[in-house]
Amino acid sequence: MAAAKFDTPKMREYPSIPALQPDATAHLKSFLAAPEHNTFLGFPGELVENWQEKAIEKMGDLLGKYRGLRVFMDACVKCGSCTDKCHYFQGTSDPKNMPVARQDLLRSVYRRYFTFAGKFFPGLVGARDLTREVLDEWYNYFHQCSQCRRCSVFCPYGIDTAEVSMAAREIMDSIGYGQKYCNEILGKVQKVGNNLGLPGPALEATLEEFAEEISDDTGCNVEIPLDREGVDVLLITPSADFFAEPHIDGLMGYAKVFHAAGISWTLSSYASEAANFSMFIGSYSNMKKVAERIRKAALDLGVKRIIVGECGHAWRVAYSFWNTLAGIGSGGDDPYAQQLQKQLDHSYPIPQHICEFTWDLIQQGKLKFDKSQNDHRVVTFHDSCNVARATRMGTEPGGQFDIPRNVIKAVCNNYVDMAPDTIREVTYCCGGGGGLLTDDLMELRVKGALPRMEALKKVIDEDKVNAMAAICAICKAQFTKIMPYYGIPMDTIVSLHQLVKDAIILPGQGEEEAEPAAEATE
Amino acid sequence: MSFLTVLYALLFYTATALFIVGLAYKIRQYATTPAPLKIPTTPAPTTTGGVVFRMAREVVLFESLFKSNKWIWLFGWMFHVALALVILRHFRYFQEPVWGIISFIQPFGMYAGFFMVLGLLGLWVRRLFVERIRYITNPSDHLMLALLVGIGVSGLMMKFVRHTDIVMVKAFFLGLMRFDLQPLPNDGPLLVHLALVALLLIVFPFSKLLHAPGVFFSPTRNQVDNPRERRHLAPWAAELDK
Ligand code: SF4
Ligand code: SF4
Repeated sequence: MAAAKFDTPKMREYPSIPALQPDATAHLKSFLAAPEHNTFLGFPGELVENWQEKAIEKMGDLLGKYRGLRVFMDACVKCGSCTDKCHYFQGTSDPKNMPVARQDLLRSVYRRYFTFAGKFFPGLVGARDLTREVLDEWYNYFHQCSQCRRCSVFCPYGIDTAEVSMAAREIMDSIGYGQKYCNEILGKVQKVGNNLGLPGPALEATLEEFAEEISDDTGCNVEIPLDREGVDVLLITPSADFFAEPHIDGLMGYAKVFHAAGISWTLSSYASEAANFSMFIGSYSNMKKVAERIRKAALDLGVKRIIVGECGHAWRVAYSFWNTLAGIGSGGDDPYAQQLQKQLDHSYPIPQHICEFTWDLIQQGKLKFDKSQNDHRVVTFHDSCNVARATRMGTEPGGQFDIPRNVIKAVCNNYVDMAPDTIREVTYCCGGGGGLLTDDLMELRVKGALPRMEALKKVIDEDKVNAMAAICAICKAQFTKIMPYYGIPMDTIVSLHQLVKDAIILPGQGEEEAEPAAEATE
Repeated sequence: MSFLTVLYALLFYTATALFIVGLAYKIRQYATTPAPLKIPTTPAPTTTGGVVFRMAREVVLFESLFKSNKWIWLFGWMFHVALALVILRHFRYFQEPVWGIISFIQPFGMYAGFFMVLGLLGLWVRRLFVERIRYITNPSDHLMLALLVGIGVSGLMMKFVRHTDIVMVKAFFLGLMRFDLQPLPNDGPLLVHLALVALLLIVFPFSKLLHAPGVFFSPTRNQVDNPRERRHLAPWAAELDK
């Protein structure tokens, strides 16, 4: 693929709002899905003949199914509050990357076909016919939204552009105009069990290798079990944890925590994927199918707890949607949800995030650390959007910010936060979320990372930060790829549980050979 | 009865009917459309009481707007609070006897009119001169501001420049409410003021003014953050379980 050359944006000393450059990223179009990717998911293979009529019909259908969409289409007053909040706008200067302008791509069509004013006075209210140009604009710009929800924090009516872009993608899928990256992956997870298409035996071999590596390192017999029945915990983690750096180190971190706490656990080859890209394309039915694989795995393996590894949107789907989609949670009174509920141990949250799990053990004093093992690092933490703005950890609102930081501080001596207007609730997206982590959108990914890179550069310069921990597979993959564009070493990005892995002392570890181990660290 | 009186009476009956029916239709539509997934923008309250408090901060203080942009917040909030006072003050033209609280806010309500217009002008200046906001503006957005400024200015004219026979006006509206027409004074600013108000009532259910009921139905703000504890299931989604 011969990607066009582009310039990495200059880091600004004081982030300012860029002047508009209309159509600056109008040329960015991610690859269309091949017919077989679409049809497998139940969508037409190619753009259908009467696509316009079908699209409007689908829009009507969604307006009747999603109150959010309905209210968001009507309620915007064009106040402008959200206009400067999107990292893609900041990085590209394209006005259509302003959240309200992105919504307007859909809203203009909504007004034309579904409102009195738009039917009779289209010019007055900015209503547009759904033409081929409009459809292509939808395709391009609704695939320049990472569904990070940063704009929704600042909208006086909570209008969430993520919801709008999910609806737009769902409409496009319904007429055979889907995106390759998302749809191809969704096929793999439903055929093979994970986004990679990594079959069971290959997965088993990989996991054995990792387990050996930890055991060699520590002298303890650490396992990474697969498909083991009757254990306490089923761990559902993004498949990137099985092959990508620095994800693997996170996986080894989880394994060490389970080992140290003496809690039996397993991965599942049938449900070897926490990611659920159906959310990105707004497909409820596919999201449900992928979530049901996890319920099936939990029932088949007879586990008592379900824990989710480091992945942002996956945690959103797990925390916010699993109970709805597949009854994985508490409080369902339908017979359907109750079967699983009977099996699961309700003294723990269902599902539980790996950070909640580790933090709980730390609080109980069940884990031992040598924090000095992380002394070569000055660590900061990147709040992933979906975790920050669409989920919670622990019992208190905001636990999703504090618990990961607490874990880091329990295993590292040097921690600093990035600027307050770039973290926690108002954190900036990595630039690669929401189904955009594909090479055909490299320019967008690099440009969209600008605000995060600026904030990181600042703490690198001022506080000598050399490690940014994250708890999202997409964030980690994205940063590894784009940091070099900004002159930041790619190994600056680390898994949160990588820090845990490096500091944790397993029971019995180093007892016979305490001396050599201490030497080896120097 | 003069032609003018009959005309305005009909205008107000029509406008009020459209306003009520249109708004009721939209509210019903919002209320009956399911929200199939839990999508509160977090951190979000974990209890219903917490959500009521969050909504109250949003509706009374414009909390999210405040986080975002102090200028838009200042003008927007000023306009809305002033408008609320002005509307309350106008209650006295529809009741006999006038409630104590309405009499109490009279003086505030009178001067609130100035702040209302000031807030609107501030918003308008931003719409005209801030490039990003100009980009997202449609003609209807200007017209809406013009309408509201027109209402504010014509109202202030009556109060401070050319007094209208307010006793007659009140008799007219009390009469309207009892279906017993009383003459309306033939006064320029008053007629403009009333015509614009009627227009506002008419366009309300068809325009972005729907943000007023809409904000209460916004799932990102009004949902309780408890998806792990409660199974949240919309009727159409429950069908898929079968
Ligand atoms: S959801 Fe995120 S990426 Fe999408 S428009 Fe809003 S701020 Fe931009
Ligand atoms: S902040 Fe909300 S109401 Fe204001 S322009 Fe953006 S989407 Fe519209």
